[in-house]
Amino acid sequence: MIVKRTLATLAAAAAFAGTFGIPAARAETTLVVVPHSNLAILDPIWTTAYMSRNHGYMIYDTLFGTDENSKIQPQMVGSWTVSADKKVYDFKLREGLLFHDGAPVTGEDVVASLARWGKRDAMGGALMTFVDKMEATGADAFRITLKEPAGFVLEALGKPSSNVPFIMPKRVAETDPTKQITEYIGSGPYVFVKDEFKPGDKAVYVKFDKYQPRKEKPSGTAGGKHVYVDKVVWNLALRDYQAQVNALANGEVDIIENVPFQHYATLLKNKDIEIRKSKIGLQYMCRFNHLHKPFDNVKVRQAVLASFRQQPFLQAQVGVKDLYKPCASMFTCGTPYGVSTGSEIQSKGSMRKAQELLKKSGYDGTPVVIMKPTDLSSIDKLPEVAAQLMRQMGMKVDLQAMDWQTLVSRRAKKDPVDKGGWNMFCTAWVSPDIGNPINNAALGARGAATPWFGWPEDAKLEELRAAFMRETDEKKKVALAGEVQKRAFEVGTHAPLGEYVQPQAGRKAIKGWITSGLAHTYWNIKK
Amino acid sequence: MYQFIARRLLSTIPVLAIVAVLVFMLLRLTPGDPAAILAGDAASTEQIEGIRKTLGLDQPLPVQFGIWLGQMLQGDLGESYYYKVRVTELIGQRLEPTLSLAALTIVIAILVAVPLGVVAAWRFGGWFDRALMGFSVFGFSVPVFVVGYLLVWLVSLKLGWFPVQGYKPMDDGFGPFLYHLVLPSITLSVIYIALLARVTRASVLEALGEDYIRTARAKGLTESRVLISHALANAAVPIVTIIGIGIALLIGGVVVTESVYAIPGLGRLTVDAVLSRDFPTIQGVILFFSLVYVVVNLLVDLSYVILDPRIRY
Repeated sequence: MIVKRTLATLAAAAAFAGTFGIPAARAETTLVVVPHSNLAILDPIWTTAYMSRNHGYMIYDTLFGTDENSKIQPQMVGSWTVSADKKVYDFKLREGLLFHDGAPVTGEDVVASLARWGKRDAMGGALMTFVDKMEATGADAFRITLKEPAGFVLEALGKPSSNVPFIMPKRVAETDPTKQITEYIGSGPYVFVKDEFKPGDKAVYVKFDKYQPRKEKPSGTAGGKHVYVDKVVWNLALRDYQAQVNALANGEVDIIENVPFQHYATLLKNKDIEIRKSKIGLQYMCRFNHLHKPFDNVKVRQAVLASFRQQPFLQAQVGVKDLYKPCASMFTCGTPYGVSTGSEIQSKGSMRKAQELLKKSGYDGTPVVIMKPTDLSSIDKLPEVAAQLMRQMGMKVDLQAMDWQTLVSRRAKKDPVDKGGWNMFCTAWVSPDIGNPINNAALGARGAATPWFGWPEDAKLEELRAAFMRETDEKKKVALAGEVQKRAFEVGTHAPLGEYVQPQAGRKAIKGWITSGLAHTYWNIKK
Repeated sequence: MYQFIARRLLSTIPVLAIVAVLVFMLLRLTPGDPAAILAGDAASTEQIEGIRKTLGLDQPLPVQFGIWLGQMLQGDLGESYYYKVRVTELIGQRLEPTLSLAALTIVIAILVAVPLGVVAAWRFGGWFDRALMGFSVFGFSVPVFVVGYLLVWLVSLKLGWFPVQGYKPMDDGFGPFLYHLVLPSITLSVIYIALLARVTRASVLEALGEDYIRTARAKGLTESRVLISHALANAAVPIVTIIGIGIALLIGGVVVTESVYAIPGLGRLTVDAVLSRDFPTIQGVILFFSLVYVVVNLLVDLSYVILDPRIRY
C-alpha cells in the first residue's frame, strides 16, 4: 500500500514537472583527460606548442578541417567557389555560427584571424606571399584574391596542426601577432572557463550549448563536432607516467593522451582499459647542421644517410612491434605524398656502403656533437643509436646529454661547435606537420635564412618547393612532392627514421573518442 | 627580546639580497633560452628572436637585473614568462597545497615519532628500541617515490581506501581535502618519523640520565609523568629544532611527493619553472623559500625561550 502510494506520488510529481517544463535532474558528466604536457600558453597562433593547438581545438573552430584520410573538408565554411583563373576564392560561412559571447561569426572576423595567422605560421606565411587581398564580402562571406594561382589554399586553411588557422573575433585577432591574446573567446564546441584555469593544475572547458555541429560524421578535425559531456577537465598536475597509469586503472581519469611504450603491455592486459592507436602517427628524424664541419660536406651527409637504416632506431626507441613501421618517405607514409622517390640512398643503404662513402668524402675526423635529451623518453634513445652507427662507420662522436629545453635553446644557435653550437639532434614530428613540401620544416633550404634549425642551402630544392606551391593539379603535385623528396635526399637535408604511433588509453566506458593522430580533440565523446 | 627580533628581521635583508643576486646570475649562466621554449618546436629562429626581444632578454644583463630589482623593491616579483601570470599570484595558488601537505606531514610525524622515540628511550636496548632503530634506518634509506608507489599500489589500487592522485582544496570541504591528502602525507612523513623518532630517543635518553629525573622518581612520580613532564620537556629544544627544519624543508622540497600524487604545489611549480627556464618564477620562488627559512628559523629560536627558561635573548 505504502509502495503504491509512493509510486503514485512520484508519478504525480513527474507529471507536474513535465507539464511545467521543469527539466529532470541529471548528473553532470565530466570527462577527465590527462594531456601529454602542461598547458601554459593560451594563444595557439603565437606559439606552435601542441598543447596550445589542442586548447585551440576545444574553443575555436576552423574554416576547413582534415579528415582521417588526410582530405580537406569544409568546417565553418558552408560553400565556396573558385574563379576560372583560380585566383579568386569566394567563401560563405555556415548559418548559425556564434562566438561564445553570442556575437555572430562574420567575414571580418575571418579576415582578421587569417591575417594574424599568416604572420605567424610557416604555411600561412607561404600562402600570404600569393595573396593579393583578403576582404569580407558580406556579414557571412569573405574573399581571398591571389596574385597568381596557388595549389594549397584549402590545404593551408584546413591544416590540422600548428599553427592552425583558428577563427577568433576581430577584436581579438587584431592583437599584435608578436604578443599573446588575452581574451579567449571562440566559436568552437567548448567554452574555456578562465576563472577555473590554474596553470600546472587544471584547465576546464564546458559545453557551448549554441554550437551548431555539421551533419557529417566526425572524422579527424572535420565533420560534426557533437558534444555529449557537460564538462572536460584537463588534469595538468598529473605528469608522472606511473601515476597516470595508476589513476586510469583506478577510474580517477578517463583518458591518457600519451601512453609510454614501457606501460603499453601492462595496460593492454587491463580489461577496463582500451588502448587506441591512431591511423597516422609520428615520424622520427635526425637533423644535420649544414653550417659547420663535418656536415657542411654533402658527401658526409650522404654517408650518414646510408648508415642510418631505420629498423635499429625504431627497435631501440619504440620496441613494441605493433607501434612502429619503417617509412622510406620524408612525408607521411599512407598519405598521397608519402612516396618513396629518391630514398634509395637510405632505404637500400648498408654499413659497407656508408663506410665507402665516408672514405670518399674526405672526412677529416672532426668529432660530431650530437645533442641527446635525457628527459624525453619518446626520443632519448635515437641519439644513442645514431652515435653507435656513426662510430661503426668510422666517425668520431661526442654524445652530449642535456635536458630537452637546453637542447631546444642550443639548436637555435648558428655558432660553431666550439662556441656552443651543435652538429646533430634527433626529434619527432606529428605527421600533419611534415605532410607536404610546404609545411615540412626540414625541407626549407635557404641557408642561414631557413626558418627551421639546421639551415641547409639548395636553390634547386627551393625551386621545386615553389613549383609545388603553384601547382593546382593534384596528380602533378604528387609528382612534384616526389621530386622535392628526391632532391632532399640528394642534398641530405635530414635523415627520416621511420614512423610510430603514440598509443592513447581510455576507460572502456568512454565511447566515440576520435584518435585520428592529427591532434587531440575531445568532441563526440560519450561517458 | 624585541631587539633580538628586530635584529634578526633586519639580518634577512642582506640574506635575501645575496640570494637574489646569486639566483639571477646563476640562471643567466645556465644553458637554456626561455624564448626558444616558449616558441614551440616548429618555431623559426626569427620568431624566437622576436620573443626574446618581447621578454627583454636581448637587453644587457645589468639592465635586466636593474629592471628586476626595481620591480622587487616595489614588492612585485614580476610576471611568469610561461604562464603570463604574476609570480606572486602563482605562488599564492600553489601555497595552499604545499602548506597543507607540509602541515599534515609534520602533525603525523610528531604524533607518531615523539611517543615512539620516548618509549624507545625508556626501553633503551630492548626489542622495541631495536625495532624502532631498524625502522629508522629503513625510513632514511628508502626513497620517497618508492614508499609512494608502494602505498599507492597497496592502499589505493588493492584496498581502494584512498585516491591514487590529486588534491582538493579546503573550499571543496574538509572531508575531500583530508581524503586526498592522507596518503601523500603518510608517504612524506616516513622519513620525518625516522628522523624525529631518532632525535627524540637520543634527547630523552640523555635527559633520563640527569639528576632531576632520579629526583623525580625518588619523589614517587609515576613513570609516565617522569617521561612526559620531566624528560620530554627538557629534551624539547633539539626536537623543536628538527621540527622547524623539517617544516622549512617540506615547504621547499616536496617535489617528488607532489609529482607522484599530482599535487599542484610549490615543488612542482619550481620544477616546471626550472625546466621551462621561467626566470621570474624561479627567482620569485627561491626568494620566497629563503624568506620561509629565515622566518621558520626565527620562530624556532623564539620557541627556545618558552621551552627553556634559561635561554634569554
